[in-house]
Amino acid sequence: MNMRRFVPIAMLAAAVLASAEDAAPLFIRNAVIHPVTAGEITGSLLVKDGLIAGIGAKLAAPKGVKVLDAKGAHLYPGMIDSATVMGLTEISSVRETQDASELGDFNPQLRTIVAINPDSEHIPVARANGITSVITIPSGSIIGGQAALIHLDGWTWEDMAVSRSAAMHLIFPVLSGGGGRRGSSIAGPSRASFSETQRRYEEQKRKLGQFFEEARRYQKAKAAKPAGFKTDLKFEAMLPVLDRKLPVMVVASRERAIKDAIVFSEKENIRIVLAQVREPGATLGDLKSKNIPVILPETFALPLEEDDAYDSPFTLPNELFKSGVLFAFGTFDSSFVRNLPYQAANAVAFGLPQQEALKAVTINAARIWGVEDKIGSIEKGKWADFILTDGDPLETRTQIKQMFIRGREVNLENRHTRLYHRYLNRP
Amino acid sequence: MKLLSNLVLLDLVLFAPTCLPAADIVIQNARILTVTKGNLTGSILIRDGKIQEVAEKVLAPPGAQIIDAGGQFVMPGIIDCHSHIAAESINESSISVSSMVGIEDVLDPEEISIYRALAGGVTTANVLHGSANAIGGKCSVIKTRWGKDARGILFDGSKPGIKFALGENPKRRGGSTTPGAVLRYPATRMGVEDVIRQAFTDAKFYQAAWKDHAAKKARGEQVSPPRRDLKLEPLVEVLEGKRLVHAHCYRADEILMLLRVADDFGFKIRTLQHVLEGYKVAREIAAHGAGASTFSDWWAYKVEAYDAIPFNAAIMHKKGVLVSLNSDSAELMRHLNTEAAKTLKYGGLTEDEALAMITINPAKQLMVESRVGSIEAGKDADLVLYDKHPLSNYAKVQKVLIEGEVYFDRDKDVSGRAEIEARRKALNEKQRRQRRPAAPSKPAASRRPV
Repeated sequence: MNMRRFVPIAMLAAAVLASAEDAAPLFIRNAVIHPVTAGEITGSLLVKDGLIAGIGAKLAAPKGVKVLDAKGAHLYPGMIDSATVMGLTEISSVRETQDASELGDFNPQLRTIVAINPDSEHIPVARANGITSVITIPSGSIIGGQAALIHLDGWTWEDMAVSRSAAMHLIFPVLSGGGGRRGSSIAGPSRASFSETQRRYEEQKRKLGQFFEEARRYQKAKAAKPAGFKTDLKFEAMLPVLDRKLPVMVVASRERAIKDAIVFSEKENIRIVLAQVREPGATLGDLKSKNIPVILPETFALPLEEDDAYDSPFTLPNELFKSGVLFAFGTFDSSFVRNLPYQAANAVAFGLPQQEALKAVTINAARIWGVEDKIGSIEKGKWADFILTDGDPLETRTQIKQMFIRGREVNLENRHTRLYHRYLNRP
Repeated sequence: MKLLSNLVLLDLVLFAPTCLPAADIVIQNARILTVTKGNLTGSILIRDGKIQEVAEKVLAPPGAQIIDAGGQFVMPGIIDCHSHIAAESINESSISVSSMVGIEDVLDPEEISIYRALAGGVTTANVLHGSANAIGGKCSVIKTRWGKDARGILFDGSKPGIKFALGENPKRRGGSTTPGAVLRYPATRMGVEDVIRQAFTDAKFYQAAWKDHAAKKARGEQVSPPRRDLKLEPLVEVLEGKRLVHAHCYRADEILMLLRVADDFGFKIRTLQHVLEGYKVAREIAAHGAGASTFSDWWAYKVEAYDAIPFNAAIMHKKGVLVSLNSDSAELMRHLNTEAAKTLKYGGLTEDEALAMITINPAKQLMVESRVGSIEAGKDADLVLYDKHPLSNYAKVQKVLIEGEVYFDRDKDVSGRAEIEARRKALNEKQRRQRRPAAPSKPAASRRPV
């Protein structure tokens, strides 16, 4: 009877309590702080209004703050996964739980943010391994929609949103068959004949060019402010892309597709971020000179060809680093987001400096998505998104002890820890 | 492309056996993780492909080849209890009991996955039939002896196995929504049990017929033998403990069902494969004596994997189950060492317990622990050298030995790449010159199972 009323009131009370806690400044002392953008500091961190208000070896705790003794724990910025289907895909084999891929070739008006399920079981599971923010991407055929940058904490997708529209997602047409596994655009052996594949590729490229041309005409027509101008949702969504305000995340894995994408971006005068780059070949120099950032797919991957070096997916991140290309990592998944740090570490085993691997899951991701003033490092004025650990967060054996998002402590329990405790204690 | 891959194969064969097993080998200055007998810094003496001595100080026999590990880590070769590499095809999915087929007949020793697994430290793999049938085909245990022929990669003396499968995969063909698809029994978990019970009922009858025949023959009676049944023969071997059952399963209910079926017919399940909800019935698994071979942290890729937890291995281990971590993937197989590290994180196992899950435990599950799975005198010299501790994400494999032969050497792999690239270019150039205009193109046959 009254229970139905009681529940929302209790939840409201909890929410009020949480925000009241946020208001109280937090002082973390005795931590080994790894700002990522600067050298490590053993000392304290002050958090006020969800922001980092001070860092220092000799920082004194102001009066009235809540003090947390880190007892020598390591403090790192929360990690960022630059490509996921978090909140869109719950069980990958069940269509009813998939919301990443819409019908149609051109859907720039679609927004992943509105389809993100804040109660997805994948969210707390990823958090438990130190990931505080992710980019959630659509898939689709060519232009799949707008990717969102979210915090892995919040009651609603509005609470979670860092950037409702962080990038337009474009799968660049490739000269190969369709298909691929786990969000990969890498096709298996094509069943279609070469001429059929080529015809399809040329047709898709033509359609893509035409779509941009129509979007430009729409832009011009709108600027002229004619009477009775009718809004077109697809072209309207393209305006920030044409104005270079919104980057386009272009999936292009191999040298040929990457070249195509670069030529296309210059012709259309758009900002691009390349995604799922696997075999950049001779394009590395261009990526550097044209300041095109890259989101790498999982490093735990097989080489593309039978006779490629066995470690080619492992060494690629270091190749990009040596060429001066700005890059970050993505898992392109929901259930494997928790392995993002280990993906970065695998690149370290094969040559990438550890600091660069760490940057690729923190500050460099923030730079690529234009939020380096908010997240990605421990610096004064940034959001207090950080983790306390017992060691290097890129090592599997390291435990994440505590997590804070915008200064609020986040619960690290999840479906897996609950089932663990329940069945460990089964009589 | 086939031509190119053969070229690579040829090159690697030329590179691989740098030392002949005839000479003694001493690996010196190594941090040795024996897995079963603790850790030490010292040397390993290898003679005739076997570990002869493991000690802080080993006297190198005259003429012995010396491998200076330079303070690097040596662990036993990794054993993957669930793999599908090195096979031309793996699923005879037309029938619900496919025990008449076997992987041994379709082994492909040229598949590049073998070399890649080797480069990830794997020296032994259980190559299983697929999971489309309640009772699947026969399995083969191989060693990753890259460069050898099909017979040469078989793990000689290993016990034969057979694949069973429960849950979503074997019932899928019973509920296909593809128009025109022929539905195949079973469509439910109830039907999966029925298929297995029916098959073993038949096998018992068949076994009795042969026993009866043998008895009559022994009495000197003139009798013609029963008709041979190639489907039931492997199941009789299961009943007689001569063939190991490796059963793909996910949910607690179906795991318990299979254990009870096996109890009723009087045979043992050797390993439960995947067994993602094994943690819920760990006590029952331990009581039956089945081993469990699981993923470290895969989950949510299908409904029956939604309750999968990364603590599965640790819970089952703590409750007395013999646990291994497997790959079921040509990719995951390349870094089982860091998969093992996940048991340190999820459930707090010790380093030895973690390493055991990819060495001595799968060796026991495959009943080859007298040969492989730890660094002990008398065992095969299947060893992996890592530059850092193998449970660190920063470690990579430097050398892999199988029975004292170096089958993988990272330095040689890296230094040989320029030559392979040059030959690849030369071949491409040759092909370009020879290409006749307007030649009718034939689509290349896919080598991979689809």
